Amino acid sequence: MIEAELSRSVQRWCPGATGVTGAARLSGGASQETWRFDIVHPGGPVGAILRRSPKGYGAAPTRAAGLAAEAQLMQLAYEAGVPSPRVMHVLTADDDLGTGFIMQRVEGETIARKILRDDEFAAARPHLARQIGGVLAGLHRLPQDKLPELRSRNATQEISEFDRDYHSLNWPKPVFELALRWLRDHDPGPSAETTLVHGDFRNGNLIIGSDGVRAVLDWELAHLGDPMEDLGWVCVNSWRFGEIDKPVGGFGSREEMFAGYEAAGRKIDPARVKFWEVMGTLRWGIMCGGMMQRFREGPDHSMERAMIGRRASETEIDLLRLLAPRGR
Amino acid sequence: MQDEPTPVELTKSVADFLRNDITPLISGHQAFKLRVAINILDLVTRQLTREEGSDASEVERLRALLGMEGSVTDLNRALAERIAKGEVDLATPGLAEHLWATTMDKLAVDQPNYASYKRELEGGG
Repeated sequence: MIEAELSRSVQRWCPGATGVTGAARLSGGASQETWRFDIVHPGGPVGAILRRSPKGYGAAPTRAAGLAAEAQLMQLAYEAGVPSPRVMHVLTADDDLGTGFIMQRVEGETIARKILRDDEFAAARPHLARQIGGVLAGLHRLPQDKLPELRSRNATQEISEFDRDYHSLNWPKPVFELALRWLRDHDPGPSAETTLVHGDFRNGNLIIGSDGVRAVLDWELAHLGDPMEDLGWVCVNSWRFGEIDKPVGGFGSREEMFAGYEAAGRKIDPARVKFWEVMGTLRWGIMCGGMMQRFREGPDHSMERAMIGRRASETEIDLLRLLAPRGR
Repeated sequence: MQDEPTPVELTKSVADFLRNDITPLISGHQAFKLRVAINILDLVTRQLTREEGSDASEVERLRALLGMEGSVTDLNRALAERIAKGEVDLATPGLAEHLWATTMDKLAVDQPNYASYKRELEGGG
């Protein structure tokens, strides 16, 4: 059904295109869908991805930047040489596909366990931490005057927001309270420099090939803030998938990432990175609680959501390892 | 007293049936969901096995820390409030040990294969 609408759409903006084939839903919830398909073209098939909110799902959740902003950011990143898919078309009412955009499909792997273990990525792995530093440096220097309108968040505002989110769950967790206290006591205040922050830069949102990072995806939590936030988030233990001695996504050391960042001409503040790692660990724990709440209250009464609720304790042990390491 | 077999024996028998007899017959997304279902049954089995003992020691530690009585939920709520108010912190004797013991007991049920948990069990820090 979606193929008919996609066919009509591509024929309007892609010269030579005659239709589409192989449309398949990839992932996402009810309000955000991702589809893959191939554009039929005399020059050969063109792999494409549709990201959209279907008709009737106009409003983005409060933290999300919105699909139009996402398309704009990906295009800016692409133009600046930050690994990113090329945006081919931003949907209009004439497309009759809802709101969103179509981008070129980048081949590669997003599943962390494969990237961390499969032979195909063996040559890329030792370089990924440093490369990620370089990619983040490029992302943080995207020209501010060209950015779409984005929410702005400093550390103090984030702490209050997480405090509120956590307490709204009515889910007393002494370790989370301890983390909130620690964050308040170590709040570094507004950063000297405010930049674009990706907001969800981690394993799973990076397309990786045998040659390294090929694309940064899922810009929906992009905002303006402390660039060190992205460096802390990518170090959260939950994205290391067992490789706990390699903080940067299970790929390598903080030092390698920092070196890549600094080689691109940007400065590191390790204390701020640590602050954001603690914040990120708590953030994921609270998100697990949100999953539990949605599982209980619907509409998604799925086993997967229920089990993600039980993953909050992983963040509790990681917070203790960060804040109260056992003396050895 | 409820009759036997025990809840642990029952959940374990269902999990084993799904794992051994049904898994080979299922593929694709349903296979993923089946794995999640088996994981849930395994988690419930671990909780049924361990909960009584770990809750009892948690309550004992909480009573000593807080100097009050109550259910495990009430005591946790009280501890969370005291930490939020700054009345109790990592300098408070026994707090870090209590949080570690409680968290290790949770991981033993929720995610015994989690790398941080395995590292702490080994005493690797």
